[in-house]
Amino acid sequence: MINAGTLALAALGLPFGSFVLLAVIPPLRRAGRAAGALSIAATGGSLLASLILWRGLPGQPVELQWSWLPAESGPMASVGVLVDPLAAKMLVLVALVSFLVQLYSLGYLEQETAPALGRYFAYHSLFAFSMIGLVLASNFLQMFIFWELVGLCSYLLIGFWYDKPEAARAAVKAFWVTKAGDLGFIIGIVLLWGQAGTFNFIELFAMASGKTLPAAGLGLIMFLIYLGAVGKSAQFPLHVWLPDAMEGPTPVSALIHAATMVAAGVYLVSRVYPLFLLTPDVLALIAWVGAFTALLAATLGLVQADIKRVLAYSTVSQLGYMMAALGAGAAAAGFFHLLTHGLFKALLFLGAGAVIHAVGTNDIWQMGRLGRAMPQTAIVFLVGTLALAGIWPLAGFFSKDAVLAGVWEGGLTVPFLMLAVTVFLTAFYMFRVVFVVFFGSGHAEGHPHDAPLVMTVPLWILAILTVGAGIRLAVGGDEGAHSPGWVPWLSSALAVAGIAGAWLTYQRGTVSADALVRAFRPLYFAAVKKFWLDDLYGAIYRGVFLGVSWGVGWVDRYLVDGVVNLASAWTLRWGDRLRQIQTGRAQDYLYGVALGLLLVIVWSYWR
Amino acid sequence: MGLQPYLILAACLFAIGLFGVLTRRNAIGILLGIELMLNAVNINLVAFARYAADPAGLIFTLFTISITVAEVALGLAIVILIFRVRLTVEADHLDLLKG
Repeated sequence: MINAGTLALAALGLPFGSFVLLAVIPPLRRAGRAAGALSIAATGGSLLASLILWRGLPGQPVELQWSWLPAESGPMASVGVLVDPLAAKMLVLVALVSFLVQLYSLGYLEQETAPALGRYFAYHSLFAFSMIGLVLASNFLQMFIFWELVGLCSYLLIGFWYDKPEAARAAVKAFWVTKAGDLGFIIGIVLLWGQAGTFNFIELFAMASGKTLPAAGLGLIMFLIYLGAVGKSAQFPLHVWLPDAMEGPTPVSALIHAATMVAAGVYLVSRVYPLFLLTPDVLALIAWVGAFTALLAATLGLVQADIKRVLAYSTVSQLGYMMAALGAGAAAAGFFHLLTHGLFKALLFLGAGAVIHAVGTNDIWQMGRLGRAMPQTAIVFLVGTLALAGIWPLAGFFSKDAVLAGVWEGGLTVPFLMLAVTVFLTAFYMFRVVFVVFFGSGHAEGHPHDAPLVMTVPLWILAILTVGAGIRLAVGGDEGAHSPGWVPWLSSALAVAGIAGAWLTYQRGTVSADALVRAFRPLYFAAVKKFWLDDLYGAIYRGVFLGVSWGVGWVDRYLVDGVVNLASAWTLRWGDRLRQIQTGRAQDYLYGVALGLLLVIVWSYWR
Repeated sequence: MGLQPYLILAACLFAIGLFGVLTRRNAIGILLGIELMLNAVNINLVAFARYAADPAGLIFTLFTISITVAEVALGLAIVILIFRVRLTVEADHLDLLKG
């Protein structure tokens, strides 16, 4: 049995090695597919290491530490890896999805030029390294560094097609909006360090359980740390970047903006859950914001015509579920939903990618009857959709029930109702997509067909895992077993109602979609406008930031520059006047000398 | 006779020389004033040498006289050159250094 720490370091080091090789050897990077092979091999090795690590996990958390930032009273911070069940599960998810997505990208991006492909895989290696580093981080400081690195990778990969203006804008938007949350995160970390004197998770947990952590200001600190999660995990009101991030290549959306990076916020809260337990107010806030985000994003998902945007809003919505569970005290349920969601949402995105690859558009109204043309994609997409809707016996059913039960038992009735409504809406909007795209009466351009093997294999693996995990849970069924008996029935009934509603509306046409729009006209209008949040941010930007900039510009132009100009003008004028005393006559200078001499003599007498 | 009358004489001579330098408009007149001032110095040197019974002062005076000769030669040469170029030796008109 190999040492757990070594395995963790191998999982971390392999993608890093691949990234460094691709970064410093340009011919290798420009080779395109060879770069992809290297990156995939490294991530595959990472996956292998994490699987072995996960299967043979010791009972105690494994921690490796190296001191860093030396100071007089011991090192200020250390770097290291921390492996416990939480990190190991997340590690497997990250490595698995990274591996499958990179494999899939070989097929999806075959049209790209070789240098672009090499760049893409270099970014992917960097992302795998950063995300694994984030998962394995043993202290806040290291986590923050990797947290920013994944943000950078997200920026780079959203803007992969950087000559497309929307993609470049979306990349910048994603960067700035998440950065707004990260500002809170780093302030929180530093404040916590000021209180506790350490960044290390294990030491902080020991302090939390020993009640030696100073309680003063802890609520504010944990709120600030939660802000980082708000930005990264696209919680209201910072969720606006995630739908725009869909401008990136679809595999990137599957990996970063569905399965792994956006879940980092949820992972962060799970990771330091013992600290959050000390601040029940912040937890309640997390639950309310999570439930509200889930509902809001679901209503937004209803009106989107872009298949990837529907999935993006559904991701925001499901992240809201996870956060709500964490806030309600059901940390295990929230993290469980993170894992299952990572599987089936990656599956859905990759399936959507296969559709987009075949049809050449994102607009669901330009697709139709694809179930016949691409049966494999249709089956796996249906599996993913059923899992997302929460249908027995797929993985999503169990995790969603655990979340709902956890929120109910946490005594949060209103968030529970929001989440229950969201179950219905989720089923409705996802099956709207399924019916319109795969069974609807529309007609797609060209002759779409199933994707090549390199793309379908990852799809099938994810589909089998989604089903397999669900069946294993249905047979074993230890997770969520303690929930109230009526919760699974309620959620299933709501999901089936949603599916039926979508079927009646978009397949049979019994209920006219236009009639629905008329019935909910104000809500529909607001959802189409994204509840004016983007406009609000735009107005704030224009009003506040441009206003302040204008003021600063005025001060610089007229006050600062004015003083400088005044000084120079006065210097010129007085220089001009002083020039007059230089007559050029030697005798006048001699007068000066004689006068000086006289003064010296007088002064020496009077001294 | 004590030291003081000599020093008073030298001071008067120096003051007359300075007055000449400052007030004369002709460059040659200014040179003459300078000569007067130098000779006031020479009187001082000789008086002190005599008073302190130290011959070094006399030797310095000889040096000063010979250097003064050289200076006058140079000064007059410069005045002649200026006259050739500017056709005047009036100090008021020689104000190339005017700011």
